Amino acid sequence: MTSRTLYVMAAACAASFIAPVSTLAAQTVAITGGKVYPVSGPPIENGTVLIKDGKIVAVGASVTVPADAEKVDASGKWVTPGLVDAETQLGLVEVGFGAGANESRARSEQGITPDFTSWDGLNPRSVLIPPAREEGVTSVMSTPGGGLIAGQAAMIDLFGDTRAEMILRAPAAMIASIGDQGGDGAPAKGQQIAKLREILQDTRYYQKHVAEFDRGQSRQMSLNPGSLAALVPVLEGKVPLLINADQASDIQSAIDLAKEFGIKVVIGGGEEAWEVADRLAAAKIPVLAGAESNIPSSFSTLGARQDNVTLLRKAGVVVALIGNGAGDESLFNVRNIRYEAGNAVGYGLSWNEALKAITQAPAEIFGVADKIGTLQAGHEANVVVWDGDPFEFATRAVAVYVHGQKQNDVSRQDLLTKRYEQLPPSYGKP
Amino acid sequence: MLALALAITVAGCAKHAPATQAPTPARAAPTTASSSDSTPAATYGPGALSVPNADPYPSTYTPFPSKPTLIENVTIFTAVGPRIVNGALLMKDNKIAAVGKTVDDPAIKQAEGGEAPVVIDGTGKFVTPGIIDVHSHLGVYPAPAVESNSDGNELVNPVTPYVWAEHSIWPQDPQFPRNLAGGVTTLQVLPGSGNLFGGRSAILKVVPARTVQGMKFPGAKYGLKMACGENPKRVYGNRGGPQTRMGNMAGYRAEWIKAEAYRRKWDAWLKTRKGEPPTRDLGLETLAEVLRGNILPQMHCYRADEMAQVIDMSHEFGYKVRAFHHAVEAYKIADLLAKEGIGAAVWADWGDFKMEALDAVRANMALLWKAGVKVMIHSDDPSGSQRLNQEVAKAMAAGRAIGLNITEEDAVKWMTINPAWALDLDSKIGSIETGKDADVVLWSGDPFSVYTHTEKVWIDGALLYDRSDPKAQWRSDFELGFVPDETTGGTQR
Repeated sequence: MTSRTLYVMAAACAASFIAPVSTLAAQTVAITGGKVYPVSGPPIENGTVLIKDGKIVAVGASVTVPADAEKVDASGKWVTPGLVDAETQLGLVEVGFGAGANESRARSEQGITPDFTSWDGLNPRSVLIPPAREEGVTSVMSTPGGGLIAGQAAMIDLFGDTRAEMILRAPAAMIASIGDQGGDGAPAKGQQIAKLREILQDTRYYQKHVAEFDRGQSRQMSLNPGSLAALVPVLEGKVPLLINADQASDIQSAIDLAKEFGIKVVIGGGEEAWEVADRLAAAKIPVLAGAESNIPSSFSTLGARQDNVTLLRKAGVVVALIGNGAGDESLFNVRNIRYEAGNAVGYGLSWNEALKAITQAPAEIFGVADKIGTLQAGHEANVVVWDGDPFEFATRAVAVYVHGQKQNDVSRQDLLTKRYEQLPPSYGKP
Repeated sequence: MLALALAITVAGCAKHAPATQAPTPARAAPTTASSSDSTPAATYGPGALSVPNADPYPSTYTPFPSKPTLIENVTIFTAVGPRIVNGALLMKDNKIAAVGKTVDDPAIKQAEGGEAPVVIDGTGKFVTPGIIDVHSHLGVYPAPAVESNSDGNELVNPVTPYVWAEHSIWPQDPQFPRNLAGGVTTLQVLPGSGNLFGGRSAILKVVPARTVQGMKFPGAKYGLKMACGENPKRVYGNRGGPQTRMGNMAGYRAEWIKAEAYRRKWDAWLKTRKGEPPTRDLGLETLAEVLRGNILPQMHCYRADEMAQVIDMSHEFGYKVRAFHHAVEAYKIADLLAKEGIGAAVWADWGDFKMEALDAVRANMALLWKAGVKVMIHSDDPSGSQRLNQEVAKAMAAGRAIGLNITEEDAVKWMTINPAWALDLDSKIGSIETGKDADVVLWSGDPFSVYTHTEKVWIDGALLYDRSDPKAQWRSDFELGFVPDETTGGTQR
């Protein structure tokens, strides 16, 4: 038993209502008999997923199951990788409004905080994690927001009791946005672009003159050294710059920026991305977008349509699905990412592509495809067993494994439901 | 006498004078009284009078042109009984003319007569009544959501029962056609929830029109928007109050006291119509109509304990709350709501976005259903409103997950006949029954599958949305030139 497993077990005993692991998780688990969707390859009828020490060790139709393995019969069930939501605030926000429980926004006058490492405020015990995990979401981007450059985001597994256990990659992206002036007094878009260019130019200068900078012999810079240092990996193409932008012309600005500085850009939101799909494909810029928005809710989203992701895929753009319908999809309803995929299918995306867009694609976009997003030997054993098509409302996740550990979540909502199933409620132990 | 006669005459001019409204629509009695009138009525205009069921901004809606239409071989969720598999539905003269248990049901043949119907093969498809969303802000918070068009919350005073949503509604809101495409045929558009008393709602048919009068549901009662909890506190906490929940309650009660005095004064005067009428007050008039039972209170309230307070207050002043909206904690007092006969309009799974939404559970609808409460889905959102069938599917699944045997027939009611009841329109819409308005949705498959689309939507028998014919789809004025036209592959705006 690894020290990590021991630690997690101890944590499970300490937590009052979040019970993330079964207490005596077998070292080896074989999920057998189900229809397995590895995503990295074609579906396997009557397939086996073999898990050992938290990792997937084999996936296929003829896997030898060791005698000492715990066998999980998934006959008649569907087996997929754990779902991944590419844009959430999980772990950073506990209550959206009026509760002082929001760690997703850096306080800053200018709204430019590249040095904000949002995961330092990540709460592994957030009560919003179990509702997502019990419906098959096992990894998310935990993303700061607000301002021109909001800060750095982490890709996390919904696993464990410490940030160190959760974080798959940090930073996984630097978050920026190009948006409407709106009510919050954001600068004009031209100013936003100019500022981003100035910052990237300063970063380039800083990168080449760190020593002078440290001696105080550098020219004046637009940002503090911590922020410039945080942007160096972006300039080096090691960390993508996730630019939230909706209007086609703003997405074009992002494409231009990527070319000018040779950086990796990802578009977030992208309501009008379909209008520049060919150029995004040519520039190999992926898009995070939803399938439930068709409302011209601002002058930057006049072209919003529900088959956006379908059109993007047709053009060859890599797409990860994020929630963009109604109601808190970056927090309480991260669990609804599978319905976003279902709606995408309703609007023309193939079923396999939709599954990929909530598993492998976000893993690839954020540099963790060697660890999660597909059922392959060597990957973290993030696996979900469903009692039907995971995109359908009637379907439930019957077993969720993260790092090979079966999750037995009892969410706050489960406790409330249990308490009030009979009225008047018993206020004792449920 | 004459004032009454005049009022009836004028009401008769409207195409859709509500037949069942009592006592009389007292509208526009210009001062052209004959010399035989000896009462002072001749000396004041109609705007001076506070009369029950007044209808000064009457509906001008008339059904769109339609052809008799027969949908065959289709599965019908009637919202009143078991599903009809391989059935038939005939729409004619704006009404549901016959519902066939089989394709050859003689009831269909009998009802046909005259013009041969357009026949639609519904093999593999489903029919439901048009969806009714009792909590919408379309038109008052239109798209694009810009300051200039933000007309939903009169945040100048916590007590604004004097505003009417219909006076804000922009019929060119591009969200209306999207709602129709989602199968929504009737909307209650409410003022926002920043005020204790937010104002009157408007009940609309989701149809293209140049004026809101052209969308208003003929004969529908008004609703009164009221709000509990955090919103009024937040808006007025530093602007003279209310600053607390107890301040909210005091604010409502002070107003009901005034409204009751106003109602008494006016009812006494209306009995004789002698002497100088009392002064008309727009806000108190609305509240007096609630006390008379002519306007239905629709109350935004999240927490169970606050709903219970409001119920006591309704007893204190002798009115009835029609439905609590949002009601995320309604499941905690399902028995009380059932006993009081108060509806619950809820989301499937919104929650946690503020403290009063913290205890949202997906089983809310199901637990309310189990307790016998009139429960219904609502959106409060232009996007969610387009997928209320999906929201109901989630709520049904949550109920089944805790062992409740909810059928699809039960769940269909949550988006049709129950919201119709909340608007007191369940005698006209909300079910597939002979004689009802032909507000009908044809779905590509089971409406509770994520992959299912609306294919066609009829309102009063007129085909107003057809997925297979993009060129005929309603585009609002705003969309022309601004929003890419999907029929041209998006190349033209």
